[in-house]
Amino acid sequence: MDLTFNESESAFRDELRAWITANHPGEEPAGEDEGYAFRRGWQRQLYEAGWAAVHWPTEYGGRDATLVEAAIFNEELARARAPFPANVLGLLLAGPTLMIWGDDEQKQRYLDPIMSGDEIWCQGFSEPEAGSDLASLKSKAVRDGDDWLVTGQKVWTSGAQYSKWCMLVARTDFDAPKHKGLTYFILDMEQEGVEVRPLRQITGDPEFNELFLENARIPAANVVGGVGNGWTVALTTLMNERAGLAFGLQVGMKVALDELTEELAACGKLDDPLIADELGELRIKCEILRLTAYRGLTATMKYGQPGPEGSLTKWMWSQGNQELMQFATRALGPQVLVGGSSWGRSMLRSRGNSIEGGTTEVLKNIIAERVLGLPRKK
Amino acid sequence: MNFDFTEDQHEIKRTARELLAKRSGLEQVREAAEAEAYDESLFTELRELGWSGIAIDEQYGGAGLGVVELMILCEELGYALAASPFLANALGGLMIEHCGSDEQRAKWLPGIASGEATATVTIADGGSGEVVADADGAAVIVLVEGNEATLVARADAQVEPLATIDPTRRYARVTASGGEPLSGDVASALAAAEVALSAEMVGIAQRTMEMAIEYAKERKQFDTPIGAFQAVSHRCAQMLLETEGARSATYFGGWAADADRSQLAFASAIAKAAASEAALSVTASSIQIHGGIGFTWEADVHWFFKRAQLDAAMLGGASEHRARVTQLTAASLAAAGAS
Repeated sequence: MDLTFNESESAFRDELRAWITANHPGEEPAGEDEGYAFRRGWQRQLYEAGWAAVHWPTEYGGRDATLVEAAIFNEELARARAPFPANVLGLLLAGPTLMIWGDDEQKQRYLDPIMSGDEIWCQGFSEPEAGSDLASLKSKAVRDGDDWLVTGQKVWTSGAQYSKWCMLVARTDFDAPKHKGLTYFILDMEQEGVEVRPLRQITGDPEFNELFLENARIPAANVVGGVGNGWTVALTTLMNERAGLAFGLQVGMKVALDELTEELAACGKLDDPLIADELGELRIKCEILRLTAYRGLTATMKYGQPGPEGSLTKWMWSQGNQELMQFATRALGPQVLVGGSSWGRSMLRSRGNSIEGGTTEVLKNIIAERVLGLPRKK
Repeated sequence: MNFDFTEDQHEIKRTARELLAKRSGLEQVREAAEAEAYDESLFTELRELGWSGIAIDEQYGGAGLGVVELMILCEELGYALAASPFLANALGGLMIEHCGSDEQRAKWLPGIASGEATATVTIADGGSGEVVADADGAAVIVLVEGNEATLVARADAQVEPLATIDPTRRYARVTASGGEPLSGDVASALAAAEVALSAEMVGIAQRTMEMAIEYAKERKQFDTPIGAFQAVSHRCAQMLLETEGARSATYFGGWAADADRSQLAFASAIAKAAASEAALSVTASSIQIHGGIGFTWEADVHWFFKRAQLDAAMLGGASEHRARVTQLTAASLAAAGAS
């Protein structure tokens, strides 16, 4: 057992830290579009210095970073309060999915612009009637000569307004069992049959979108992993979603908790034993999340897959972060509920944590069935 | 970064699991609990195998391994709910080893390592410890008051045996005046002891979770195994969350005790708080999932629930450790801000 970074991990961290210090882009500007352009510029900086996709193999322009190094990358970005790259879904989801399921031409065509941020990607999985039961999705793709024509509606597509491409899962066979009739496509967002409508969420921001597809055209060459194989390909994307994001989120929680502790100390509230108790509990949850994530990484590196602890981190994070934000607004007082306060806004945003990327209820089902081996209700 | 045991440590864990399954099954635990007396031959076997001296320096007759190896044994002893003075002796040993003088070590550690003259430790107030594990059979008792620790020979202390709600272990009230101080770093010795104690609670949580899952797979109501109902299965998932969280924190504490003492105070505080909460909550959930049967004397789950109550209170409860976590982080943030 060694919970320190070894020589090469430390060297990786030191090099990255020095680079971030020298190249930090500063404070993100206000405004959705301005912020996005800023993060896109930041990704270009990372790309030019070879830092945009550390976890990708070197043959695709990455650094072939180990899981621990990839975790260090996310920890260092969060630690420096530097933004995440704009094309996060391309880097974490589309890229790795194409590396496994894409053909040579697709890899050649799409991977580099994902890394540079020249082409932004979004994810067209969820539908109004297909949330946790994703495989019941109804968007329909029919063959039209060398192309497919897709009609349907997608929801929760973050970044769709900036995207060139969409990872789209649609039904190509309505007679097959629900998991078998799906196909994974690369959809060009810049065409007439695609309409993006902003979806205003409880914070008031339109972070997500609805996507309306009306005979949107997709060349047959843009099928990923074969017609009818969409569910398996989509699972690759979903597994990357849950594993890849954990470290950055964990550090984000720690940064917020440090800020809260300092603010409470500054107004003398740490002497209140009830405040100290709750703050201690949050710190414990935050630390346990980090430790459990590292246990999962070690198990994955040593045995090829995480142990029972690996399924817990997304749940731990969403619960911990929600409790943290709720506690912050309670402990700091009503002034943080005034418009424009970042605590109030973060508290509202945190309600989505236990829904996005797999609801807590679905995660519990997965744990009960696949980790604990409990029977499934018929 | 390697958050896993070495092959040797995995081997210790496997061996301990197998041995205790044979020597300390639930029938033996029940026998000891109902008799309110230990099966002496169990502790004799453990000490002859060298378990009691696992973390004690070789010059005092121990195996010279670390807190991590001791923690592994404590987790397995908790998993088996073994009825023996092992834990109290190990905790007392950590105190003397880590903050005793050379003379005190030479005097007491050989008996602790061999298990022939055992130790125990308690938090005390004005010279008394209210509920002290295995004090009556001990040769030496360590009393910790604030940042000071005093070592008292059993013969010089007043020891009144107590019947607590946990009949799987012997407890007593201890009063002592005098004794000699342990002059070293009391806080970090106590932190190492907290980690070993936390490990026992991780084992208790693991075992009672497994018992609940087994029962939920077998027990049918409405023609369905109850584990298929989400109200039950989600509770089981919650037990896993709490158990694995406590395990992460406790293993971090074991590593810090052996490899990075600068993180030990923080690590042991989160370990003790998380393991105490997990042991209380998981054992209670396990009773609930067992339903009516879980509330009977015949079911074994109550022995674990009772031990968890005493362990959670030993060396300070969860809220004390949470307050310490806040104190430590506030201090380290202030120091980082000042530099």
